[in-house]
Formats: sequence, C-alpha cells, structure tokens
Amino acid sequence: MMGIDPVNALWLAIVVPLIGAIGVALTGRWPNVREAVTLVTGVVLLSIVVPLWPVVMAGDVPRLVLIETLPGLPIALSVEPLGMLFALIGSLLWIVTSVYAIGYMRGHHEKNQTRFYTCFAIAIACTMGVAFSDNMFTLFLFYEALTVSTYPLVTHAGTEAAKKGGRVYLGILISTSIVFQLLAIIWTYSLTGNLDFQEGGVFGGETPAWLIGVLYALFAFGIGKAALMPFHRWLPAAMVAPTPVSALLHAVAVVKAGVFTVLKVTVYLFGLDTITAAGANEWLLYVAGATILLASLVAMTKDNLKARLAYSTVSQLGYIVLGALLATQLGIIGGAMHIATHAFGKITLFFAAGAIMVAAHKTEVSQLDGLGKRMPWTFAAFTIGALSIIGLPPFAGLWSKWYLALATLETQHWVLLGILMVSSLLNIFYLLSIPMRAFFRTAAATAVDDGHDHGGEAPVACLLAMGFTSLACIVLFFYPGPLYDLAAMIVGVTP
Amino acid sequence: MEHFPALMIVLPLLAAPVAAALPNGRLPWLLTTAVSWGVLAMACFLLATVLGTGPISYEMGGWAPPWGIEFRIDTLNAFVLLIVAGIGAVVTPFAGPSARAEIPQRLQSLFYCLFLLTYTGLLGITATGDIFNMFVFLEISSLSSYALIALGRDRRALTAAYQYLIMGTIGATFFLIGVGLLYSVTGTLNIADLAERLPALEEARVVHTAFAFLVAGIALKLALFPLHLWLPNAYTYAPSAVSAFIAATATKVAVYVMIRVLFTVFGVEFSLGEMPLQPILVVLSVIGVVVTSLMAINQLDAKRLLAYSSVAQLGYMAIGIAFGTTLGLTAAITHVFNHALMKGALFLALGAVAYRIGSTRIHDMAGLAKVMPWTILAFAIGGLSLVGVPLTAGFISKWYLISAALEQGWWWLAVIMLITSLFAVMYVWKVIEVAWFRDLPESRADVREAPLSLLVPVWVLVAANVWFGIDTRFSAGVAARAAEALLGVAP
Repeated sequence: MMGIDPVNALWLAIVVPLIGAIGVALTGRWPNVREAVTLVTGVVLLSIVVPLWPVVMAGDVPRLVLIETLPGLPIALSVEPLGMLFALIGSLLWIVTSVYAIGYMRGHHEKNQTRFYTCFAIAIACTMGVAFSDNMFTLFLFYEALTVSTYPLVTHAGTEAAKKGGRVYLGILISTSIVFQLLAIIWTYSLTGNLDFQEGGVFGGETPAWLIGVLYALFAFGIGKAALMPFHRWLPAAMVAPTPVSALLHAVAVVKAGVFTVLKVTVYLFGLDTITAAGANEWLLYVAGATILLASLVAMTKDNLKARLAYSTVSQLGYIVLGALLATQLGIIGGAMHIATHAFGKITLFFAAGAIMVAAHKTEVSQLDGLGKRMPWTFAAFTIGALSIIGLPPFAGLWSKWYLALATLETQHWVLLGILMVSSLLNIFYLLSIPMRAFFRTAAATAVDDGHDHGGEAPVACLLAMGFTSLACIVLFFYPGPLYDLAAMIVGVTP
Repeated sequence: MEHFPALMIVLPLLAAPVAAALPNGRLPWLLTTAVSWGVLAMACFLLATVLGTGPISYEMGGWAPPWGIEFRIDTLNAFVLLIVAGIGAVVTPFAGPSARAEIPQRLQSLFYCLFLLTYTGLLGITATGDIFNMFVFLEISSLSSYALIALGRDRRALTAAYQYLIMGTIGATFFLIGVGLLYSVTGTLNIADLAERLPALEEARVVHTAFAFLVAGIALKLALFPLHLWLPNAYTYAPSAVSAFIAATATKVAVYVMIRVLFTVFGVEFSLGEMPLQPILVVLSVIGVVVTSLMAINQLDAKRLLAYSSVAQLGYMAIGIAFGTTLGLTAAITHVFNHALMKGALFLALGAVAYRIGSTRIHDMAGLAKVMPWTILAFAIGGLSLVGVPLTAGFISKWYLISAALEQGWWWLAVIMLITSLFAVMYVWKVIEVAWFRDLPESRADVREAPLSLLVPVWVLVAANVWFGIDTRFSAGVAARAAEALLGVAP
C-alpha cells in the first residue's frame, strides 16, 4: 500500500471524507464529477483504513493526541481491534453504498443531491471518528456530530412527514445523549478523573457496586443510537430518509456507532470484571432481551417494507447489546461479529427495498405479490440477506448468533437463550415471507396501474451493490477467520 | 503603563462628552470605536501583567488607601475587564451601521455619548477597589443604559426603560444602604480593608443586615429569579447593538460584584456558611432556570426568547457561586466569559436580521436562511453554544457546572441542569427550524445578506465560541486561577 504512517492514518481517515465533502460541494454543478469525487474519496479512505489492519493484528496501538480541551481530557485518536472492525465495515460499505446511491438517487429523481452527498461524507467522517476515539470524551464529540450531520439526510425529502421524522430522530438522540450519556460521562470523570479507554476499565475497587450499576445503566440507555427500548422510536422515524441513507446510516454507520459505543464502554471503560462483580448487567440483560422480542413482534405487524426492516434492525441491535451486557468473552466476540454480519445482511435488505421502490414504486409488503418474476436478482439478494440475518447456514449470520447463544449458555441465562431462538423463528416469519410473496404469488388482477410498471429490474448500479453485499454474506460464512480473529483480539485472545 | 487601570476608565469617560459635542454623523462612531479598541489593548495588558506579576494596586490621584480611592486589579477583575472591553470592541464596529438604521439621525451623537458612559460605568465597577466607588459607577452605567434602552425604535422601549429604571434604582438603593451600614460599623469603604475588619464583627446584627441589603440589591441587578422582571422587556426593545452589549456585559458585571462581595468582602465561610444564602441561591436559581427556560420556549420574538434564556443562564452562574467550591466558582466565572461570547454572537446575529427585515419576530424570520445564510448560520452556531454542544464554549461551562454539582454529590441538580439544556435545544431549535425550513414569503424575496460590516463582528464572536470550546487553556484556565485566589486555595 502507500505506506502511510499508522498514526497519520488515524487523522487522515477523518480528514479525507471531510475533504471529499468539500469536493462534492464544489463540484455540485457537474453530477458526474461529483459522483466521481465521492467514489474516489471512498477508495482513498479504504486504502487508508486497510493498512491499519495488520498493525492492529500485530498488537500495536497507534495513538495520536490532537489537543487537550480540558485538563486531563484530550481529544485523542487510537485504534484497537473493535474500532478497526467498525472502521473497516464503515469504509468498505460506504463505497458500495455510493455506487448504489448513484443508481438510486438518479433513478428516483431526488432533489438536492449535492447536499445529500456532502452530508453523507461528513457523516462518514464522524463515523471514522467514533471508531478511532481514544477516550469517551472524544467519542462523545463524534457521536453528537454524527447525530447532527445525519439530520439533513433524514429530512432530505423536505415534506411534513420528513420534518416530523427528523424531529423525533433529533429529539430522542439528543435528549438521551445529553441527559443520560453526558451525565454518565461527567460522573465517571468526577469519580475517576479518567475517561481513557483502557484494558480493564477506569474504575478502581473503591467505587461502590450500586454506583457502577447506575452509571452502566445511564450509558446503556444514554447511547440512544443502540436503540435499546424504550428509546428506539427514532430508528423507525428515520426511515423517511432516502433508502441509501437508511441502508448505510441506519443499518450500518449510525446504529452500529451506537452498539459499538456500548461494546467499547463495556470492555474498555468499565471492564468485564467490574461489571460482573457489581452485577450491573443483570436487569439490563432482560431489557435487551425484551427489545429483541418486542421489536420482532412489532416488525411482524408492519406492512411498510422499510418500517419492517427498521424494527428488525432494532431487534438485531438488541442482540449486540445483549452480547455486550453478558460481559463474557464469548458475548463480546459474538456481539462484535454481529456488527459485521448484520451490517452485510441488513444493507442488502435495504438495497433491495430501495431497488423495489425505484423500479416498481412499491413500498408496502402487500403490494409485492408476483414481483419476483420481474426483479429476480433483487429478490434473490433479498433472500440471501434475510437468510443471513435469520442465521442459517451457509450465511455469515450463523457465526455471530452461534457465539451469542454460546455466551448465554455459558452464563446459564436460559431465558435469554430461549428469546434468541424464538426471535430467530420470528425473523423467518417476517423476513422470508417477503420474497415468498414475490416469487410464489401472482399479482392481484385488480392492482392499480400507476404508470410505473414499465421497467424490469433495478438500475445496474443498484444490482452491483446488492450483488457485492450478498456475496459477502456467503463468503463470510466460509471464511470467518479474519473476522473472528479481530473480534477475539478485543477480549485479548490472540490468534 | 502604570496608569492603565485609571486610564482605561478615564478615556471613555472623557470621550463621552466629546462624542456628544461632535456633529451627528460618522465621527462619534469612529471615536467610540477607537476608544473601545484602546481600552481593549489596555485590558489585555492588565491581564497579562496580573497573570505575570500578581495583583496591581493603583492609587487614584496619588491618595493612599484606605483614604484615597484604590483601583485594585487581580485575576478576577482583570478577566472581567477583558470581557467587557472585548465585547465593547466587537460591538462598537457593529453599532455603526446598525444604529444608523435604528436610531434617528439627530440622536446619533447622544447615542454614542450614552454608550461610552455605560462602558465607563461597567469598567469602573469592575476595576475599583472601593465599595462606594463601585456604587457610583453602578449608577453611571445604570442611568446611561436606561436612556440607551429608551432609544429603541419601538415605543414600548420607553416603558421597558422606565421599568428598568424603577427596578434598577431600587437595587442600587439597597446596595447603597448595605454600603452605608458596613461603613457605620467598620469605618472604611475600601474592599481590602473591609475584608480585614469584618471577621471580627461577624456577630453584629448590623453586618447581617448589611449583607442582606447588599445581596438583594445585587440580585436585582443580576436579574436573579424572581427579580428578573425588568430584563426581558429591556433586552427586547433596546436597539440591537445595545441589546448585544448589555446582555453580554451588564449582568456579567453584576455577577462579578456578587462574587466580589460574597467572597472577598465577607468571605466564603460567612457568606455561604453562617448566612443561609446557599439554599436561597440554589432553590431560587433552580426554579429560575426551569421556569425561564420554559418561558423562553413560548416566546414569539427571538430577542425576547434570548432574554429569557439569559435569565436562565444567569441562574447557572448563581448556582456555580452557591457551591462555594473552587470548581463551582471556576464554573461560574468560565460561564461569565462563555456566556458573554454566546449571547454577544446571538444578539448581534439578530441585529443583522433586524437590519435587513426590521423585525426579530420568529414568524417574520421564515425561510431567512435562503437569503441570509451566513447570518442564520452564525445564529445556529451561537445557539449550539448556548445549548452546550461539544466543541463550543457552552459545553465547557456545562461540563464544569455539572462536575461541580457531582463533586458535592448533588446528582439531582446535575440532572436538572441537563434537562434544562434540553429546553435550550427546544428554544434554539424553534428559531432555526423557522429560518431554515419554512418557505420564504414572496415579500422577502429581495432581502439580501447582511453587509460585511455587520457580519464580521458577528463571526468574530462565533469564531470565539468555537475557539474557546476547543482550547480552554485561557478561558477556564484563568477562571480557575481567579477562583483559587478568591478562596485562598493557592496564591
């Protein structure tokens, strides 16, 4: 590769998308140049992030202090296995989503595309910042910036519904982060004088168990992006956004920033031993379990395709939070792997949903009857994504669910194991029923011809993106090694 | 150089009658701008000297204290002087075009005369080391600011100024009674002298009475809830530049006086320990913060909204003072600085809006972001700072305040402060959403961006909000030193 110093790679990963955002804004008048800028930026970003991988696997921790804002509270960057995993997924899928977005945005004749691509690039910069934060303070900065920068994307359509969705989105994310998360951060700092992410956490033995419990709960609910119930409503509300946004941000970057933060806080701010010793996780585990089950149940009642996928995401995020809350090695490994496998699966589903909207202008599940014949590739991709999320072989989703189930067995949480199994069954029901309808039912004769039934498959750019992510779901089943190694490094298991 | 403490007061004082004598036009404005920049240079020098070599004592007219008037500059008031001078130096360039548009031509000279007098008064209150002298400067600044507010183009400015006059005079009278009582038992008016003699008299009922009068008087000037009723009208109807200047400096100077009286004159043990001031301050401030934040959400005029928010923010400062700890005091002093920056930026941005559309009603600002993007963006960033979003100055204040609350174990107070910052999100968002997402009415299609002469001062303050949100070595650093000096923790 280009041989960038790992330390420089850290800040470059944040600055490059920002430069890309400026480039996009400047070239807005020439759409082809503008899209080229986005793609080139994506490739450059990936080529900056990937060389960090071997560095991390070798056990090195490049670290960069930018500025000391408050005494003992620097804005600093570093990379460890979990951040590496998140950054890799984010930067890789940005390129894929950009390809998809070009097909989608043009096919859908969206307005204000320059603003769209600009904000998208800024959101990616914030995501990289979250991934590479060296302490909770820095992470919080990027976390909030991510919320603000994605707001224009959520309200992109500018309609009343979009504004209303945007208000819920901003309202829940800002209030949870300010009232719970910031309180927890300042409280932690005033107790320990330290917010650095470090092995075993920052808490010494002198902090009473009840306080650990309170703080951990404040973090768990305060990280609203992890969509733990009852603070999950923002995610369905965000579905008013254009589909590429729902795909990358609300299946990958934003929501994964949430669960990533939960994992990070669990492993590096508290430390697994502190949490289990204080029993801080016990009741929260059942909140996560309830989230998994309830969100799945709600998803079954949704006829709108994107709303159904949104609730499915809430449920799947619950898996990752559950993995973190179990606070065992297997749980963390399962949770971290689920960040990756769910990312590939869910983004495929959203890509397909968007393709259906562009090519056939259908948004409701009940309208999809017989569409499989017209869009076979799209629905094939959808099926693969769905199977991966359900967790069936030969798809990647199996591995993460496997480790999560092992972790519940290991800690003898039989109820939670049951919830995982029941939820998988529910997944089968509400996800697989969609391609089933498309392939095996015939379109109702009374269907209103809305003048959009002219086309066949989705735009080529969309198909390419879907093809890539669904292939990744299969490849990761057969070659989960690198992913597992990275996840295992988090809890100190070196390959 | 050694005459700077006196010179920075005398310069604007002498310039005031000169400005009044100059013909209406640009000249008074140019004079005022030159004076304010000169004062800023002196304030910077003073702060640098104090930080380097310790407090400065200046004997006015060569008469040694405690008989003569002493000007005593330590870290705290050098810092506040810099805030007042800095805001003055940014607001006066803005006042040129803004006041030309808002104030009748025949009153221009008078306007700058009054402005300079207010400036003199505020600097004088801060610099002096004599408590009666403090009262004199308080009256200079108050009387001239009543007249300044009355210059607003809305006729309601007159009643607002009158209301402020009545309340302000009551406050000043209380202050004076307190000073008189102190003099009757100690026989001195010099603050350092008072601080030396008062501990022996702590049991005296006269001292307790004096304390009550002083605190009540300052609380009126500081607009501590529920003594804030004069403030919203005064800020709303004053000319734009005056709103920005007074909002950013006058109440901050009152906060300074409060800190000086509580911590230097009476001492922390007496003020917060023996006197039941801590619960009074905390309870009133907490109620004030909650109530006035909610009032701000319901306002229809953006200036009035900011005025209510100011009362809430002053409540935060009062809470910081009430802790009586180094961290709490650092929070309060840092917030004095940061709040001056954010309110200055916000009121100036609204001044630019008023310059173009002649109104600051939220409804009238619909869609304004399309034609005045830089002004609205400045307002948005100032608003983020007011909310306390990370990487803005407001976040630093909030961080310190909440740390101070948690340090005391008052987690409920921390929760209340975080919830009220959500209220701030709501009232700032209210303006932004209208300006950004509503459609621009046809009648305003030809509105243009504010001129550079207005935008530059606005953006100077906006940049300061971001700068001091990232690099806090100066703002929080100096505030911490001032707090340590007040509480006698460190030299």
